[in-house]
Amino acid sequence: MKHAFVRAVLCAALVLPFAAHAHKMWMVPSATVISGDDAWVTVDAAVSNDLYYPDHFPAQLDQLVITAPDGTTVKPENAATGKYRSTFDLAVPQKGTYRLALVNQGLFANYEVDGQKKRWRGKADELKTAIPANAKNVQVSEMSSRVETFVTQGTPSDGALKPTNKGLELVPVTKPNDLMAGEKATFQLLLDGKPAANVKVVAINGATRYRNAQDEMDTNTDKDGKFSFTWPTAGMYWVNASSEDDKASVKEAKQRRLGYTATLEVLPQ
Amino acid sequence: MRRLVPLALCLAATLPAAAADLNLTVEIPALKVAEYHRPYVAVWVERDDHSVAANLAVWYDMKKADGEGSKWLKDMRQWWRRSGRDQTMPIDGVSGATRPAGQHQLRFTDGKPPLGALAPGHYELVVEAAREVGGREAQRIAFDWPAKTPTHLSAKGSDELGQITLDLNP
Repeated sequence: MKHAFVRAVLCAALVLPFAAHAHKMWMVPSATVISGDDAWVTVDAAVSNDLYYPDHFPAQLDQLVITAPDGTTVKPENAATGKYRSTFDLAVPQKGTYRLALVNQGLFANYEVDGQKKRWRGKADELKTAIPANAKNVQVSEMSSRVETFVTQGTPSDGALKPTNKGLELVPVTKPNDLMAGEKATFQLLLDGKPAANVKVVAINGATRYRNAQDEMDTNTDKDGKFSFTWPTAGMYWVNASSEDDKASVKEAKQRRLGYTATLEVLPQ
Repeated sequence: MRRLVPLALCLAATLPAAAADLNLTVEIPALKVAEYHRPYVAVWVERDDHSVAANLAVWYDMKKADGEGSKWLKDMRQWWRRSGRDQTMPIDGVSGATRPAGQHQLRFTDGKPPLGALAPGHYELVVEAAREVGGREAQRIAFDWPAKTPTHLSAKGSDELGQITLDLNP
């Protein structure tokens, strides 16, 4: 019961960013640049208003997919979900870049039964049984979102960063764990494996609690899906892109909402 | 071991200079702090494009159990990015234990490791120090190689590094 409630609220939180820039979902690793063979990181994951202060809901770790530099999927350790955040530890024995991703794919429906507004979130094969036959004004949307961060032991590598060609994804031009204040970083955004042209991308330095403005930077992807930011200061940056289209994979859904978020650490010179 | 260094320098001074050399003094300042750890220090020669021409010294805690010391190598942030992350530690003839506060003299000869044969050109000597529960500082000294005449260059750190002198001999 409690789980269902959390799910319901969380799905609202996940959908909200598309409607209003309210809640932000993120993962923050304790370190992104790592040396030593017996290295670990610990990671927080949450949905919150401020970056990076867990004040709203924990992220759901059943969506977590961790890819090691050799392309294999690895498991987190000590995973726990608390009131405001989820946490897990990750051993990083391999040299190269690890990709940590919260991958969320599913359907979201609004409908009315006897004049009462209802909401539902779930998988495509659950849709038929989930919504009662007498439901009216049924509106189904498909959601595809990916929330990522990166951790590199030794030299950055690309093995874990191969796109899955589903939804919005980031492809590095500049390595995501090689970012320095004052330097320009370039990435490519893909939509279903093809360059996502003319998509707005925002970047916010995470320490929003210690300043009065969001200081949001934004840019648009070019025809090749590429975009760049020159980081003004060091910090953990929240980089987000979202778009909508009508290429839903189920016929009941008229619309598809797509999101991509990365937490990128920028170090001082 | 450290006692041998001044002796070696005396000997070097009396012998005719066979090859160009590079003499370096790095001062690690004595700091009055509640919790003091010896700094990790990296010394390297950088080309104009920031690529590393030679790693000269890396001082880190090699004695800690399970290679725990290598965990903090990344804190020498510039060195880690330019070169450290591509290395397998320890680096033969380059890495060594951390050193106490004081003046440390280092001498490198052209053509011999770890300096190697440095192509004629413009370089920067970089000294970077990072201290556990402390700060981080990098100092740079630009120089032309080889020196036409004996050249004395210096830089002064403000926090984690003290006086740094670089003497180039043709």
